[in-house]
Amino acid sequence: MDINYTPEELAFRDEVRAFLDEKLPKEIASKVKKNQHLGKEDTIRWQKILNEKGWMALHWPKEHGGTGWSPIQKHIFEEECAEYGAPTVLPFGVNMVAPVIIKFGTEEQKKTYLPSILNSDVWWCQGYSEPGAGSDLAGLKTKAVREGDHYVVNGQKTWTTLGQHADWIFCLVRTDPNAKKQEGISFLLIDMQTPGITVRPLITLDGEHEVNEVFFDDVKVPVENLVGEENKGWTCAKYLLTFERTGIAGVGQSKAALKHLKEVAGKVQQNGKPLIEDPLFRNRLADVEMELMALEMTNLRTVAAAQAGGVPGAESSFLKIMGTELRQEITDLFRRAAGPYAQPFLPETFEADYDGEMVGPDFANSVSTKYFNMRKLSIFGGSNEIQKNIIAKMILGL
Amino acid sequence: MDFKLSDEQRMLEETVGRLVRDGYPFDVREKARTSELGYSTEMWQQFAELGLLGVPFSEDFGGFNGGGPELMVVAEGFGRGLVLEPYLATVILSGTLIDFLGSDSQKETLISAIVGGEVRLALAAYEPEGRYDHTHVATTAEKSGDGYVINGSKAVVLHGDSADKLVVIARTAGSTNDRNGLSAFVVDASADGVSRRGYETIDGLHAAEISLNNAPAELLGEEGNAIDALEKSLALGIVALCAEASGAMEVACDHTLNYIKERQQFGVPIGKFQALQHRMVEMRMELEKARSMTILAACSLELSAPVRAKRLAAAKAIIGKSGRKVAEEAIQLHGGMGMMEETAVSHYAKRIVMIDHQLGDLGYHMQQLESLLDLDEDAA
Ligand SMILES: Cc1cc2nc3c(=O)[nH]c(=O)nc-3n(C[C@H](O)[C@H](O)[C@H](O)COP(=O)(O)OP(=O)(O)OC[C@H]3O[C@@H](n4cnc5c(N)ncnc54)[C@H](O)[C@@H]3O)c2cc1C
Repeated sequence: MDINYTPEELAFRDEVRAFLDEKLPKEIASKVKKNQHLGKEDTIRWQKILNEKGWMALHWPKEHGGTGWSPIQKHIFEEECAEYGAPTVLPFGVNMVAPVIIKFGTEEQKKTYLPSILNSDVWWCQGYSEPGAGSDLAGLKTKAVREGDHYVVNGQKTWTTLGQHADWIFCLVRTDPNAKKQEGISFLLIDMQTPGITVRPLITLDGEHEVNEVFFDDVKVPVENLVGEENKGWTCAKYLLTFERTGIAGVGQSKAALKHLKEVAGKVQQNGKPLIEDPLFRNRLADVEMELMALEMTNLRTVAAAQAGGVPGAESSFLKIMGTELRQEITDLFRRAAGPYAQPFLPETFEADYDGEMVGPDFANSVSTKYFNMRKLSIFGGSNEIQKNIIAKMILGL
Repeated sequence: MDFKLSDEQRMLEETVGRLVRDGYPFDVREKARTSELGYSTEMWQQFAELGLLGVPFSEDFGGFNGGGPELMVVAEGFGRGLVLEPYLATVILSGTLIDFLGSDSQKETLISAIVGGEVRLALAAYEPEGRYDHTHVATTAEKSGDGYVINGSKAVVLHGDSADKLVVIARTAGSTNDRNGLSAFVVDASADGVSRRGYETIDGLHAAEISLNNAPAELLGEEGNAIDALEKSLALGIVALCAEASGAMEVACDHTLNYIKERQQFGVPIGKFQALQHRMVEMRMELEKARSMTILAACSLELSAPVRAKRLAAAKAIIGKSGRKVAEEAIQLHGGMGMMEETAVSHYAKRIVMIDHQLGDLGYHMQQLESLLDLDEDAA
């Protein structure tokens, strides 16, 4: 047993660091570190830089333009990106729909969709959830009826992340209303410009416009946009979910956040001493630190086990729960560090061109919005309760 | 021992309950919240008409002579409706301090105006470097002519943006963290030398950063002797915040319970899942703790200073801890709906969590409690 990185892995880490030093635009990293708003153009700019280097598609096979990295390499890459303040790569195209197209799509579909995903020319969003189908995804009702060489889609999707920017949406739709729940579902790719689609913003509790409702009213979708077989969409959906959960532990993000937290707790004064010397606060920092070590080792064990090939199975549910709880705990500590200055709500300060004065310490403006926004981590991507159900069933056999 | 409310207290509870039920539905609150002022002056007038603005003051000023339990009843009702108006700032924090310290003529003018709804106030006590420590006062006041002038900065002054007058804590002697040498002043918020940066807070209230630059001020009571009165007013404020949190937590629990009974997934109401039933039970346990500690705090105001301090610290700390749990679970059990601004429960969650950031958070109050851990209540 040896838990150290091999010389090759260390050399790889140096390569990643050199790349980030050279290519990550400083103004974008600064926005990420200051929790300022990232525009669509920032994300796309960074993703195009990654693609130039050939580092956009971590989970694709090499033949389609993937990196061919080992899970340990991916782990190193994700950790370094978080440390440097690189924007998170939007998962919907590259890490969600693309693996499905690679696995189940036709050659034609691969040719049509994959290059533009790699180069971030097309922005994708995920049309799974519906008002009546969240945890019980197979309860979805949006229907697609075949008419000649088209499907006609009617229904509604909701919580669609960044759907307001999207060019395309991948959807689960019901194509056989009479089959058993999971069996009448198909996987459709839909151009957001198609007549009959309406996107309406949903505002979250932190005042942000991050999610949307998407309505389909007699939307005509060419049959060649079906991925896999008709009524076999559930297989695609399940396959995609395993990708949704890779990198879910967010070790890199938590490490970067904890480091920042320690910095600010070293500056904020309480009773004439830095907050980090307050025994209660320090105790909670130590708690996060040890939990993070445990998470990192568990994550590495899980990815190493998957090294042999394939994607992690139900074990990734452990990582999702541990990782999201930890990230949420860190946001709780940030708001505590800010003290009374956790209260002001100044959304204008999230814009990079804001040049007015801040209220309270510089880090304080985003602590509460972040704390509340991060409640989503335990809700989406399969809620933490659903992850526990999966573990109970798949791992414990209950 | 008797946990029942008196007839008068019950009437007060009913008055507030009716007001919140009829006058404070979610959409009406949203309209007030998103207005420039952030609350409704008509609602404030209704408070005046119903006598609510006089609860802690003597009958001489048209008040109710209420103590901890009366304020508890009012604040709990306000918590149920997430009331936005500056009751805590005006009546409880600033009003009672004027009442404790002011001369007869100061009380005559100011308290009567508060009770009548004619003036709104804010307490400017805490400072940018002082976190939750009310003795951290670097702001100074010096004699000038008949009155005083004040210099310094005040942080996150609740409703300081719209207050007509400020009650400012400033130092007339001693150094920054001394308990002695603090004095209280009334400052006209529109006076030269007062500049305010107002803003909304994440829970939909308003506050301001205030800087005082030779701001003209009128002394309340004796110079250098404000600490005891200030701590009495802050204690009342803590009771009100505990009660407000309890009221808000009750509604967050109710909404969540209703939601899990109605929301269907996998062909059944999600409340059928035992995993969620237990979570709901835990939320209710936290609510019971919060209610109990609120009552303890409300009924301890007349006790000796150390006993009062110990109980209040424990109460506010429990509120911080239980409140977080209830707020987070309420969102979680609502799933994506809990994350939405249009869902009332998210506003309850935000207010409950932010109450922890007012008048001392969990960490601050646990520190107070730690320092009083060996206190023998019977001997004290
Ligand atoms: C910010 C945000 C972004 C999102 N982005 C997208 C997106 O881009 N695309 C998309 O398709 N969806 C998206 N979602 C939707 C997300 O996947 C769903 O919110 C999630 O699946 C939960 O569904 P629900 O909200 O309907 O909650 P429900 O399923 O109604 O769950 C409510 C509560 O009940 C619990 N529960 C449900 N079933 C069980 C059970 N069997 N046992 C125990 N507990 C249970 C849940 O864990 C939760 O606590 C997003 C959600 C959020 C909050």
